[in-house]
Amino acid sequence: MHIRPILSTLLRHKIAAALIVLEIAITFAIICNAVFLVANRLERAAKPSGLVESELVRIQMTSVGASARQNERAQTQVDLAALRELGGVKHATVTNQMPFGNSSTNSSVGVAPDFGRGVVGPSAYYAGEDFIATTGVRLIAGRDFTPAEYVNATDVLEREPATAVPAIILNRQTAERLFPGGQALGKSVGIYDSQTVVVGIVDELIPPNSVRSSMPFAMILPMRVTHGRGEYLLRVEPGRQDEVLKAAVATLNRVGPGRLVRAQQRYEALRDRFFKQDMNMAILLGAVCAALLVVTALGIVGLASFWVQQRTRMIGTRRALGATRGQIMRYFQTENLLLTGIGIVLGVGGAYAINQLLMTHYELARLPMAYLPVGALLLVALGQIAVFGPARRAAALPPVVVMRGA
Amino acid sequence: MLAYHLDLALRSLKRSPALTVLMVLAIAMGIGASMTTLTIYTALAGDPLPQRSARVFHVQVDPRPMEDYAPGVEPESQLTRFDAEALLRDARGQRQAMMTGGRLVLTPEGADATPFVSDSRYTSADFFPMFEVPLRFGRSWTAAEDTGRERVVVISSTLNQRLFGGANPVDRSVRINETQFRVIGVIGDWQPTPYFFDLNVGRYRELEGVFLPFSTALELKLGRSGSTTCFGDVATSDATALGAPCVWIQYWVQLDDAAKAREYRDYLDRYAEQQRAAGRFARPPNARLRPVMAWLDQQRVVPADAQLQVWLALGFLLVCLVNTVGLLLAKCLRRAPEIGVRRALGASKRAIFAQFLVEAGLIGLLGGLLGLVFAGIGLWLVRSDTQSLPQMLSVDWPMLLAGFGLELVATLVAGLLPAWRACQVTPALQLKSQ
Repeated sequence: MHIRPILSTLLRHKIAAALIVLEIAITFAIICNAVFLVANRLERAAKPSGLVESELVRIQMTSVGASARQNERAQTQVDLAALRELGGVKHATVTNQMPFGNSSTNSSVGVAPDFGRGVVGPSAYYAGEDFIATTGVRLIAGRDFTPAEYVNATDVLEREPATAVPAIILNRQTAERLFPGGQALGKSVGIYDSQTVVVGIVDELIPPNSVRSSMPFAMILPMRVTHGRGEYLLRVEPGRQDEVLKAAVATLNRVGPGRLVRAQQRYEALRDRFFKQDMNMAILLGAVCAALLVVTALGIVGLASFWVQQRTRMIGTRRALGATRGQIMRYFQTENLLLTGIGIVLGVGGAYAINQLLMTHYELARLPMAYLPVGALLLVALGQIAVFGPARRAAALPPVVVMRGA
Repeated sequence: MLAYHLDLALRSLKRSPALTVLMVLAIAMGIGASMTTLTIYTALAGDPLPQRSARVFHVQVDPRPMEDYAPGVEPESQLTRFDAEALLRDARGQRQAMMTGGRLVLTPEGADATPFVSDSRYTSADFFPMFEVPLRFGRSWTAAEDTGRERVVVISSTLNQRLFGGANPVDRSVRINETQFRVIGVIGDWQPTPYFFDLNVGRYRELEGVFLPFSTALELKLGRSGSTTCFGDVATSDATALGAPCVWIQYWVQLDDAAKAREYRDYLDRYAEQQRAAGRFARPPNARLRPVMAWLDQQRVVPADAQLQVWLALGFLLVCLVNTVGLLLAKCLRRAPEIGVRRALGASKRAIFAQFLVEAGLIGLLGGLLGLVFAGIGLWLVRSDTQSLPQMLSVDWPMLLAGFGLELVATLVAGLLPAWRACQVTPALQLKSQ
């Protein structure tokens, strides 16, 4: 296929050709970055928390009245006993915070020899009995807490003299930070003015409000909170979450009447709410990309139709000289390919320029090279599809009609 | 002349309906997207205290130990109880208030009333005049009532609606935990966006339901919400104790001009020096005094996504405009014979130029009008998303009309090239048989 005639024809219609090239370049630059952003957001929203989310429900209860508040510790134990009896409930526990719960309690932890000097401030999960079994976090070293190791949170935080916490479980990143090179098990750390032994390490447990991986530190302490300072977490048989949730709230109201249910939901709902913003952004980006592609395609159709109309004489002449329909079609498709190609080449620069702006202002990573060929292929395909209709119409023109003069 | 141009323009648009629809639709989508994202962005980045924001300042001092100190490091955003009470006592600003958030169980009047949970704010008396909070009924409390730890509350309109059906509730009572509180006022139409005075309880959120004196809340040990950070070597058993090394209180001051702001800044530095001499502060004076917008800026309140969306929509609009230029060009050149005839009959280049400019303007007008409809739909969609505050997204007519105007201008600019190209058509060439 000879490029020279195509080029010279295009050069006679410089403006229109330049407009198509410009449109394709801008579309390419925007789409590459937009798709990258979408992938970025979807990845963020799929970040694992370390918990068995599909089996968890959470309930927050508030005591009403001074006597209820004073009695809260005992009531919490009654609640948990009743919840554990409930059909469908595999494990139940009480804790102060959850991943994606938005609020986090952080406490500073130190190592030998200066236990009082905090090295890092991980997010502190105060675990009631059965926390590990309920949440499903995976221990990669050591063991769960023994029943004797659990203490009451208020005794540790508010009593003078404070009770010491006998054991602690760290997440992988905290263990690595405190004891670089491994071997955190069995070592002592300083927390809440006393020393505590590391008895276990979990593979994955994110802090409640983390979307960035810059502060991934978390730890589990065997400190029981009362339900007013935290929430109940139930691990239920798969598929029975809604049913068990209803039954659990009814049970809690029965064994402790006059309380307020502040929240009751599947755990997955908590995650959805946390990432709502990201998902909305992904949808918006997707919609704009689709709209961009449609607009660009229709623009190409419009301009290609116009060119076909302008060049009926040229087409007729070629056909009369023996060009086949296929050759006419290929002419237009090659012309479109040429324009798209130039547009994409220009668009690569634009894509990286936009990416640079996004990197400085919006903390995005650099655009991976892989997105460029994919975007290029997409636009080339789009262009070819768009020009197909007008090209076929051009090829269908009988030479005689054209030569007769318009 | 204009009527003639318009008439011809309309006919021309009707002759190529597909092309017209495509151009109008593309521009409308671009406008709709841009207007929606811009409205959202201006709502999020707006000034929560118009007319006053330059005179209301957020106060920060640095009570932390020397570890991790570097000159110019950002201090904690909240104050300790000791510092807040000291600053309030000294009262060096025109007005000042200390505050923090909370959560309470409210029991309405009535024998079988069901209690419910409400977000609350504990603050000193100057909160209301300093932020010019409008009151629908009654009044806010006085400094004397602050000192006296009176059991008085000011409630929001929403809470008033829920508790008292929207009627004037002054002197009626509501039970908070076990204490009866007297309602002395109801806040009118006020929804600060963003929630600038305490970002810890949410950056964009509904007004808290119950406002009561800080001293009262402290005495009754009412539940708090927000962020508490304790520092220092010794673990603290009660973060709200007077000497506790914990920050949990927000402090705002009103300073009416630059000179007073400078004086206050000097006062803060002197205070820090005094505290250092007394052994409470370890670091050299590291105070901050930021007016509302600077504070919001520093805290990066506006989600980055909102800005990104605006740029995305504008990029989309750009592509649509380039598209329009191309299609208009195609349309113009397709009518070269018609232009040739008109020119031969005596039309000046100017007339042809004006003709095509009017056509471009007509497309812009139709596209803009449809775009406003799309923007309305877009805002309706966003508003129906329950997480965003409805008040945030009231239709901002001035901005929409400005956007419409800009779009019209942009379309006219887009039409310049095709129109210029059209008026270059030489009649002779066109009149020769093709």
